[in-house]
Amino acid sequence: MFGIELSMIWAVLIAVAVFLYVALDGFDLGVGILFPFAKDRHERDQMQAAIAPVWDGNETWLVLGGGGLFAAFPKAYAALMPALYLPIILMLLALIFRGVAFEFRHHGRERGRKWWTVAFSAGSIVAAAAQGLILGAFVQGVNVVDGVFVGGPLDWLTPFSILVAAALVAGYALLGAGWLVYKTQGELFERARAWVKQLALLTAMGMGAVSLATLGVDPRVTYRWGLTMTSIDWSTFIVLAPLPIVAGGLCFLLWRGADKGQHLQPYLYTVCLFLVGYVGLAISLWPYIIPFAMTPQEAAAADNALSLMLWGALPMLPIILGYTAYVYWLFRAKVSDEASYH
Amino acid sequence: MEFDALLLSRLQFAFTVGFHIIFPAFTIGLASFLAVLEGLWLATKKPVYRNLYLFWVKIFALSFGMGVVSGVVMSYQFGTNWSVFSTQVGSVIGPLLAYEVLTAFFLEASFLGVMLFGWKKVGPKLHFFATCMVAFGTLMSAFWILAANSWMQTPQGFAFADDGTMVATNFVDVIFNPSTPSRFMHMVLAAFLTTAMVVAGASAFALLARKAIAESRIALRMGILMMAIVAPLQVVVGHESGVVAHEHQPAKVAAMEGWWETQAQQPTLLFGWPDEGNETTHAAIGIPGMGSWFVAGDANAELEGLKAFPKEDRPPVWMTFWGFRVMVGMGLIMVALGVWGAALWVFRRVDGAKWYQRALVLAAPSGFVAVLAGWISAEVGRQPYVVYGVLRTADAVSPVPAGSIALSLLFFMVVYAIVFTAGALYILRLMAKGPDTEEEPPKDTREPPGSPLATGVKSATDKTPASGEA
Repeated sequence: MFGIELSMIWAVLIAVAVFLYVALDGFDLGVGILFPFAKDRHERDQMQAAIAPVWDGNETWLVLGGGGLFAAFPKAYAALMPALYLPIILMLLALIFRGVAFEFRHHGRERGRKWWTVAFSAGSIVAAAAQGLILGAFVQGVNVVDGVFVGGPLDWLTPFSILVAAALVAGYALLGAGWLVYKTQGELFERARAWVKQLALLTAMGMGAVSLATLGVDPRVTYRWGLTMTSIDWSTFIVLAPLPIVAGGLCFLLWRGADKGQHLQPYLYTVCLFLVGYVGLAISLWPYIIPFAMTPQEAAAADNALSLMLWGALPMLPIILGYTAYVYWLFRAKVSDEASYH
Repeated sequence: MEFDALLLSRLQFAFTVGFHIIFPAFTIGLASFLAVLEGLWLATKKPVYRNLYLFWVKIFALSFGMGVVSGVVMSYQFGTNWSVFSTQVGSVIGPLLAYEVLTAFFLEASFLGVMLFGWKKVGPKLHFFATCMVAFGTLMSAFWILAANSWMQTPQGFAFADDGTMVATNFVDVIFNPSTPSRFMHMVLAAFLTTAMVVAGASAFALLARKAIAESRIALRMGILMMAIVAPLQVVVGHESGVVAHEHQPAKVAAMEGWWETQAQQPTLLFGWPDEGNETTHAAIGIPGMGSWFVAGDANAELEGLKAFPKEDRPPVWMTFWGFRVMVGMGLIMVALGVWGAALWVFRRVDGAKWYQRALVLAAPSGFVAVLAGWISAEVGRQPYVVYGVLRTADAVSPVPAGSIALSLLFFMVVYAIVFTAGALYILRLMAKGPDTEEEPPKDTREPPGSPLATGVKSATDKTPASGEA
């Protein structure tokens, strides 16, 4: 269709869905990660109110990511999920705790409320960390022979995946802090600005460390960036060098902008930062859907399935983005105490 | 029985999907109920409808949240535990699930935010629109997932590709496979009935406790109306579903009915104890010929018993048999309660009928029991296949070690026990409290200021920072 391989179109669509998931659910997971640092219950209520109307829609991108991978690339889905079994289950369990806590915090009495407050926060942290472990394990590659995972149950647990998990928790927290700057006022707003500043530094360090470590994951990645341990191919490196430079610039903007009374910018800068990292990763791993083991063409569903889904996605995705944007616009105001319906 | 990866994966899937289905079964009906309530509120401006809406929307929010989180689990388990199944059928039912996300999940999730948090923010018409979109989304979701599941029961419109995986030859045939229409209708009606039983039970409880009288009287009548119309209709649709099943999955129907011999005049067993080892059903009490008449429309029709199928192609009989009986039993209770309620209504005795109201309270969970039992019968009855006649469950499982699955199953059981016990507790607490109402509550039940029950609006106490740390 349109002279482009259907599998390539779907690889791009799913990549976009996953990025939207990270940019959107990232901030509401981030707010959960920041929960322990709030001053009191009132602040926590405000933090949760800043994400409550939209978190469910945000998490749906994760279902599209998983469901889309199943539908468009069943072979990749079937090889990856068993390889990532334990961290996926960990993420799902953590998402259960934090998901129900939105409602349950308002229904529990003293003890129940405390429990669900902790569950919301711990669930957010564990879900973010599990996603980092999944990402790390994915980037370092999984042991696939003839389309079937043949590795061990703990292959995903490596220093690299732990590093990615730590960086992702910091990055989500930065998204969350940026979102709180946008959505809150008063004391919490001031606190969120301070968080942005601290987390921009942490995230910069995390991204830097992960980027360098990724170069060491596989010689093919290093080569892609025009690097070896002892030489630099400048013609390749120069083309890609703007990415880390832009990332550094964004971190600086976040660091400095936090003092300037900006509202939406910190969140948007952070999304751009994630985008830069995401593009960098895509360049490193191109053209694999399972790094170094499977390409989109090899993993794709039958053409008639991809085509049927594309005919659904072409009208539906703009509609979905449209009403999602509308809901965000509806709840664009800073949170006030009247937001709750409980 | 060996606890290998296959058995553990089956247990885990049964456990997680069993918990999950409870919530959609309730929220599909509840979303439509809420849309009707809000429509009535906008049309009549009677505060009772608004009060009922604001009451049931809280219960909806709790149930829907639990449905979402237990549903996300399902979308990943096809891959984590059934990766061979995923590879094999991804090109056939994958698109159906993708369409479910695109046409239902986003719609529900986005407009749920407006529904819950937009009451004071958006105009009444837009809010009503949001409620309708959520209700529509739940029905769309039910359609796609039932189409996918029905294809697994009665597969058609596919062929095998060169690499051994299945591909669709005609997606219309895949989506509208023989059992999709009847099973989709059966599930939607089941969801409506489940909701009706809960609404009627909660309203009867409120009436017995003399709370929110005006609201509860109306909600009780809405529940009775739904029961009286839909419960008999469900019998017809369920029967149709059984006829389709017999045509395409005769072994399943034989297990549901407890038939071993192939014979004319198959009975309908009211009771029995299927024994797979001896290939018989002990202590069978039944009506001869009625089974043949139900399934084939002729009491003398010769229908296949389980012995007509090789042992390795038979489903586990006991669960299929009893799941079916429990479901039908619950359905008959609902029919009876619907008729009883309609009779009381005609004679204007609904409000004073204490025994009827007590019976409704008792029967409030009957819909959940029926849905679970029915699904157990349907899914166990499909065994030993995951795609009936095409792919065996034993061949569909992931290459994951049993230890990992045992660990995950253990965690699922612990987490679900905590989360869903709490959820049930909060929903029951809300029901015990009943809708907020303009009626002045009796003096002696008034709580002191600052306690959670002091005002009907919970936010009034939520928002006091001084009232404690959490």
